[in-house]
Amino acid sequence: MSMFVAAAAAVLVSMLLALIRAVKGPTVYDRILALNTFGTLTVILIAVHGFLVGRPEFLDLALVYALINFIGTIAVTKYVGLKELDPGVDRHRGDI
Amino acid sequence: MEMILYVMSWMAIITGSVFCVIGAIGLIRLPDVYCRMHAAGIIDTVGVGLIFLGLAFQAGWTLVLAKLAMILVFILFTSPTSCHALCRAAAYSGVHPMHGEQAPDGADVVDDEEDASSKT
Amino acid sequence: MIHTLALTAGLVLLWLLLSGYFLALILALGIASIVLVVWIAHRMDVVDHESHPIHMAAKGLIYFPWLMWEIVKANIDVALAIIKGKNAIAPKTMRVTASQRSDVGRVTYANSITLTPGTVTVYVDGDMFLVHALTKGSADGLGSGDMDKRVTALEGYVEHGTEGVG
Repeated sequence: MSMFVAAAAAVLVSMLLALIRAVKGPTVYDRILALNTFGTLTVILIAVHGFLVGRPEFLDLALVYALINFIGTIAVTKYVGLKELDPGVDRHRGDI
Repeated sequence: MEMILYVMSWMAIITGSVFCVIGAIGLIRLPDVYCRMHAAGIIDTVGVGLIFLGLAFQAGWTLVLAKLAMILVFILFTSPTSCHALCRAAAYSGVHPMHGEQAPDGADVVDDEEDASSKT
Repeated sequence: MIHTLALTAGLVLLWLLLSGYFLALILALGIASIVLVVWIAHRMDVVDHESHPIHMAAKGLIYFPWLMWEIVKANIDVALAIIKGKNAIAPKTMRVTASQRSDVGRVTYANSITLTPGTVTVYVDGDMFLVHALTKGSADGLGSGDMDKRVTALEGYVEHGTEGVG
């Protein structure tokens, strides 16, 4: 059991550091990167927590969180990079 | 056999946790956004990989193992995509890499939107 | 046709793994979902050798373990660089020429570069990749072209048009 506690603690520390980077910036891409990392760490935390309480069904939540994390990162990057979500067809660089 | 699995599980989880923390420290310490992506890459590959490997040793040959493998493969396939998208968006909006040696012929990447680098 | 089969097999596997129930009703719902998804994928015309690179599957069994080992080595390199601090890193952008001839091959190469910590593909223009490398070791490792050769061997190039759509 204690290994799960150790892993959860390490992941929580990492999440705290990622949050510090998200707050400090300095560019918006640092923040997106920090949030992407935070999401990945959340996936680990959910999985470890599922094992910690003996209910591996939590892995389904982790899977969904991984999916949403990916889509969310791409969407926010696209929105920030292009200032809009639908770049239209005539934008030369519209393809992120 | 149980004991060996237990020890291997411990080792994998602890090593993965250490790599996670190192990656997060890198996220703080490294100087610019392109360098920090490498730190995020540590967490996305070895951090997730080793911790899930350790959990897989605990799970045994069950459906849980398949789900762990599925999440791991999914993260390994998506993390370079989002990393590349982020890098490319940063390059387009004019965030220069530290030691900008690409200046002579890299003009097609970092061009007219120089002012965007100060945006927060 | 073979790509449709691959898609269906993948979806069946995904459903069975995620559900874990073998009741008649659940299985019927699963079959309905899979048929719907395969039909939509056909209408979108996305079932081809690019979305289902099954021609890489056999060689991938050799490539992916090698890639995993490379990732582990690169991780240790980058982790040491992070611990040592600013003097240990030498960030630079470099240009890499990809020798793959198909788009799938190039995507595999670019993603392999990005997945390996220490190197990130910033920009892809035809067969020219702009890569950001963190340490001298990672830049040299990519410059040796070993990964490029292995991905070219992996892709098993097929002429466009000889592959049917599904």
